[in-house]
Amino acid sequence: MGIVPQAGFVNKASHIYIHIPFCARKCNYCDFISYPEQSPEVMAVYCHRLEEEMELAAGTWQPGPAVTVFLGGGTPTILPAGLLERILVAVERNIDRQPGAEVSVEANPGTITLEKLRVLRSAGVNRLSLGVQSFDDRLLKAMGRIHRRRDIYQAYHLARRAGFANINLDLIFGLPGQTLENWQATLKEALALQPEHLAAYSLQVEENTPWGRLAATGNLNLPGEELELAMYQEAREMLAAAGYQQYEISNFARPGYRCRHNLTYWLNLPYLGLGAAAASSWQGERWQNYSNLEQYGAALSAGQLPRAEIEVTTPRQQMAETMFMGLRLLAGVNLQAFRQRFGKDAREVYAGEMERLLRAGLVEVQGYHLKLTERGLPLANEVFAAFV
Amino acid sequence: MSVEQKYIRNFCIIAHIDHGKSTLADRLLEYTGALSKREMVDQVLDTMDLERERGITIKLQAVRLHYRARDGQEYVLNLIDTPGHVDFTYEVSRSLAACEGALLVVDAAQGIEAQTLANVYLALEHNLEIIPVINKIDLPGAEPERVRREIEDVIGLDASEAILASAKTGVGTEEILEAIIRRVPPPRGDGEAPLQALIFDSIFDSYRGAIPYFRVVQGRVRKGDRIRFMATGAEFEVNEVGVFTPAPRPVESLAAGEVGFLAASIKNVKYTRVGDTITSAGRPAPAPLPGYRKVMPMVYCGLFPVESERYDDLRDALEKLQLNDASLTFETETSVALGFGFRCGFLGLLHMEIIQERLEREYGLELITTAPSVVYRVVGTNGSVVMVDNPTALPAPNLIDHIEEPFVEATIMTPKDFVGPVMELCQEKRGNFLNMDYLSEKRVALKYDLPLAEIIYDFFDQLKSRTRGYASLDYTLKGYRPSELVKMDILVNNEVVDALSLITHRDQAYQRGRALVERLRQLIPRQLFDVPIQAAVGSRVIARETIPALRKNVLAKCYGGDVTRKRKLLEKQKEGKKRMKQVGTVDIPQEAFMAVLKAGKS
Repeated sequence: MGIVPQAGFVNKASHIYIHIPFCARKCNYCDFISYPEQSPEVMAVYCHRLEEEMELAAGTWQPGPAVTVFLGGGTPTILPAGLLERILVAVERNIDRQPGAEVSVEANPGTITLEKLRVLRSAGVNRLSLGVQSFDDRLLKAMGRIHRRRDIYQAYHLARRAGFANINLDLIFGLPGQTLENWQATLKEALALQPEHLAAYSLQVEENTPWGRLAATGNLNLPGEELELAMYQEAREMLAAAGYQQYEISNFARPGYRCRHNLTYWLNLPYLGLGAAAASSWQGERWQNYSNLEQYGAALSAGQLPRAEIEVTTPRQQMAETMFMGLRLLAGVNLQAFRQRFGKDAREVYAGEMERLLRAGLVEVQGYHLKLTERGLPLANEVFAAFV
Repeated sequence: MSVEQKYIRNFCIIAHIDHGKSTLADRLLEYTGALSKREMVDQVLDTMDLERERGITIKLQAVRLHYRARDGQEYVLNLIDTPGHVDFTYEVSRSLAACEGALLVVDAAQGIEAQTLANVYLALEHNLEIIPVINKIDLPGAEPERVRREIEDVIGLDASEAILASAKTGVGTEEILEAIIRRVPPPRGDGEAPLQALIFDSIFDSYRGAIPYFRVVQGRVRKGDRIRFMATGAEFEVNEVGVFTPAPRPVESLAAGEVGFLAASIKNVKYTRVGDTITSAGRPAPAPLPGYRKVMPMVYCGLFPVESERYDDLRDALEKLQLNDASLTFETETSVALGFGFRCGFLGLLHMEIIQERLEREYGLELITTAPSVVYRVVGTNGSVVMVDNPTALPAPNLIDHIEEPFVEATIMTPKDFVGPVMELCQEKRGNFLNMDYLSEKRVALKYDLPLAEIIYDFFDQLKSRTRGYASLDYTLKGYRPSELVKMDILVNNEVVDALSLITHRDQAYQRGRALVERLRQLIPRQLFDVPIQAAVGSRVIARETIPALRKNVLAKCYGGDVTRKRKLLEKQKEGKKRMKQVGTVDIPQEAFMAVLKAGKS
């Protein structure tokens, strides 16, 4: 865990998330804030606003130099190369960047060009996260993805050619109509590419999505719990056998390649989110920016931070978040760090809950850590809910 | 000053649900100027929100109308409203006893329904003059002539003078008022005789206490009089006498033939029971008016607060409701599964639902309701008799000689196309066929002996669904008869859940047990381990289902660090769990305890 900023809760270093709320088209399962089919003008205006926000935020919060920057979406790579570069330069200008910082960009294999990749590289991006999801064209089509299997290979090889030495592939399992064999095939193809990092997410069907509406009427052919569980275990086994270490419920990495940005979430450390709908956690407050682009822009042109909802979290909530986010990590929650941070022993704060969870065999204590057991891993929500 | 008797008419309206009683009452109020159009809130007589939503009358009201008739004379018309549901038959009979006439309102498209017929017979028993009104003649499907014949054939009334009306458009309103003047006899009774006033309803007002609504049959009552309630002997001093116009308005006195209310700082409606006689304490009548009886609950269920710390709130709420509703009974019940609550008695299923809804709406209580039960008469091997209203209170089988259950005589009216399905249903429900009458070419009345327990199970829903809503039902209690009854227990994770136990006929136990465990399997969320659900009679398991363990429940990743949203999702998950009852190690949701009623219906 050497790369993880330990207990440094007054850490000068900062973690920056930047949201790009654009994509070519909305996928059938996606309920994140993203506006499909926007004109280059809208995107340019948005990037301008982002720069304004960075200036304002840097002045207001005075974050230390960024140790991680994460450009997420939506599809950041839908932006023209020039805009991507502008954003990255603006981060460096306003917030500074620590040497060796992790700078990630999410990319859709259907939106990648060598030019864009080169621009990203020269702007300091050193980690690329490819939204592969599946290697099966039938499933990709059903999901409403714009890319196909061959685009994945092309994008991957271009990324390598552009010099990316840290690539993540996002995969989804539990898709409608998916079989275990199909999932194994996707895993095999992903492993054959030898990425540094892999994420295997189980599909969440959200209400306000095309698939959510289908599911509500019973017309979505989901694999069912047993099969989903089998797919999850299959991924864990295959990836472990290929030398990937599972360090979070859905995340696997070769040694030295854990995603440092995402670790800040799981360790419940502060981060600043910039852009429409971006979430921040900073000095005991959590907030989310306006999702609506007009509102977001209007606040900034009035010289104000575009914060929609601000929530002052109580110590009790902070403790809960530290527990349920931290338990996502396979290493678990460091109980000593918890004590240092809150001045309380988690074993006392959650005496009843922990007793029950320990007895049910869902968690265990290992050294200074409280962690999910093998049995608790697929039932993590049952564990998390105990702490809220 | 009191009104001369010959200018008074006391009447009520008999109608099936939806046949337009409330709308007609509104028209009469509007026409006689009791309310201006502007003041009209639709359906004035139904004052509780619940009544308006369900379109039924629960609490009765009485309104005094002033009507200048075609003969130039001004008359006082007292409209006494009656509840339109079988649960409240006794209240209806007391209202009828307070009247000399009744409007029989029949929907011109639907014809006579079972409940209407029952109430007409009740009115005829009280020698009421009945004025048939064929309503909704403006509807496209109206067949006034068919309905007119039906009234003649079925009830044997002369319907040649039936009034064709549309309460909606106001057609026929004046004819109705004139017919009341012409055909309903004025009340009789001696204003100087000792006081006898019949209570047909009472309400509780938090400022003035219990307020009886009554009809003076003999004598007179004034402010300042000392009165006595003859059933209980309780005495009070009258501090207000009044009438409803429909707003309450004080009057000097009310004499024989008049209808109104009084206030006397009466602390509880148990003194002002429907059907009781009010007399003068100083000059009492020799005997009460006939027909009073204390109403006994027919249906019992357990009510438990979802949050056990709200037990006291539930008791307070029940006490308050009881102030207004003398027929509601309750006593403490302790359940292993549900903790502390109350065993409550109701006149019927509708009454039960109304009380539950009022507790939830007006008192903000979240309740767990156990399946309703009738009162069984259990004869012990030593000859002793116990009345059992709760399956868990049933004595051990070796102490029971036999069990008797209440039977009713049910009248079902249905279009003749549905006779087959109705007979089938009655057979399934252990019914005994009594007879069948043709009401007209198209409609039939069937009479069956049926166990009350079957009626409160799902009879009415089944009847509605098997006759596409066309059949109507009425029943009267006939008494107790021995039946082959057994207690069925439900085991969840190998533990008996007392609140799920029920009494059922031996022949139905298997089928009902199957349906119930199946329903519970759907209702109880999966736990972290397999949960067997069994239905057992004695030690014999007759049905079994297993809820498989929860295998997977994980949130996907936190996009952009939106932790708040995740926390809210988890809070929701936890909240859902809190609202369940933990029985042993299993979380059981509220609905499961009513599952027996819904079993086999989905």
